[in-house]
Order: sequence, then structure tokens, then C-alpha cells
Amino acid sequence: MPVNTEAVGRAYGPHEPYEVTRVKIREFADAVDAYSFAHRSEEAARAEGFSDAVAPTTFAVVIAQQAEFHVVVDPEVGVDFSRVVHADERFTHHRPIIAGDLISATVHIDDIKQRGGISTVTTRTELTDEDGAPVSTVISTLAVREEA
Amino acid sequence: MSAENGPTFEGLEVGQVVAAREVTFTRDTLVRYAGASGDFNPIHYNDAFAESVGLPGVIAHGMLTMGTAASVVEEWAGPGNVVDLQTRFARPIPVPAMGEATVAFTAKVGVLDTEARFARIDILVEFEGQKILAKAQAVVACA
Repeated sequence: MPVNTEAVGRAYGPHEPYEVTRVKIREFADAVDAYSFAHRSEEAARAEGFSDAVAPTTFAVVIAQQAEFHVVVDPEVGVDFSRVVHADERFTHHRPIIAGDLISATVHIDDIKQRGGISTVTTRTELTDEDGAPVSTVISTLAVREEA
Repeated sequence: MSAENGPTFEGLEVGQVVAAREVTFTRDTLVRYAGASGDFNPIHYNDAFAESVGLPGVIAHGMLTMGTAASVVEEWAGPGNVVDLQTRFARPIPVPAMGEATVAFTAKVGVLDTEARFARIDILVEFEGQKILAKAQAVVACA
């Protein structure tokens, strides 16, 4: 079944906020070989001007991918997850993510294209903090190969 | 955004290599990234599944490659100073069950914005002589 181009403009969330923890920041830093102690200790983070452990650059994907999942499983969008590859990704950080943040995510379907057996679905996830202030914008495009 | 812990803007030159690293991906690396990120797509750990959807076998998460590229830039830029990062995923990196895949990352100054004191860093990511990421660009806030 092809992807439904009429789903452009849909939005999902915000759902329950994501609580950023020091442990998760450290685990993610280890997984992407981010060496700075500012990901691992409050003290080192403070020395660099942050109030607590600071997340690596792409940590926002942990929160954004949870939000994007609502698009992938929406039967009215029609994404076959087993045929998905990641086409592109962009992070725009309005401020760094810090341990203790409570982050809400709203995902928007910005674009769907169909071209010769490949559909692309572009989502934009807006991350905001407890005060509703913007934290990061995550734009992601998935390519879905249609069955021959 | 404050960039007090960022690299000094003065003295940077377009074309200058600011950071480079070789990183070895194994199945352990992929499983560790899956757990840390919550991305449990079986194409990143199950060969039979990967082959059933037309892949040569297990491949690395694109976001593992992008995240590692960010870490290479961040080691120079300082944590919290990469304000924008984008890429296209041009080619997958197959990771064998028992061996390893060695990936080379090189970060160069692409553009300097004197007014904003931002440096655009272009990241070349190569595996077996082929470009893995396309248009991989990080914007760094400088001091």
C-alpha cells in the first residue's frame, strides 16, 4: 500500500514529557564516542557553564524518534516500517539539552512525496521545555520502498 | 546561545582540518547504540531480517554514524556548541557478525560567518573509500 500524501499537515502530541537524566546522557555519550566529561559529571558541566550534565549533539533523536513513531504506526499514513530507510536528518538547537529537562515533543508531517517506487515522508519534531520554550527542532526524512 | 567554552573564531581558515578520527564499528557498537537510542530496528542486529528486506546484511544505524560525526566535531567545538547539524545518508555501512568496519571522519572548516561568529564545519565520512554521509554540515558557535 502506498503512503498517503493527504497526511501532510497532520500533527501528533505532545504526549507525556521525556525526562532527561544524567544516566541516559552518559549512556548515549558512550554509544557515540562523545568524550567530554561535561556529558558525565555535573561538576565538569558546571565548569563549562552548564547547570548540569549536557547532552551530546544528537541526543535529541532519542526523544524525536519516540515522537516520530506515532507517524510510522498511524495506519492512515501507511508507512511499512520494514521497508523504511533513513534518508536525511537535521537538528537545530535553540539551547543545549541538560539533565533534569522535561521535554515535550510535537511531530508534524511536513511533506510526503512519491517518485518511482519510493515514497519519502518528512517530519519536523519540535521539542520544548517545561516553560514551553523551544529547545530543538528535529527534521527527519524516511524513504519507504514500495513493494514491487 | 553562549559559546564561551567554544573554539576561538579568530585564526580559523576555510579548508582547515579541525578534527579527525578513525572509529571502529562492530556488532557490539550497534547493539550499544540501539540500547542508548531506543532504535531497535532489527536491520541493525539481525542478518536474516536485514536480508529479507533486501539489504546485504546488518548495517549500522545512520544515526550512529551521524552521532559519531557530531562527537568528532564536538571534541574540537566543545559540548553544547554545535547549534545545527544536518546530513543525508548516502550509503549504509555493513557491519559483519564477527569482524569490524573502520570508518574515517574528517572535519574541515567550510564557511566562516564573521558577523554571527559561526563556523560551518563540513564532515567527510568514508568507509572503504566511499562517502557514507552527504552534505554533512555542523554549525559551530565560536567564542
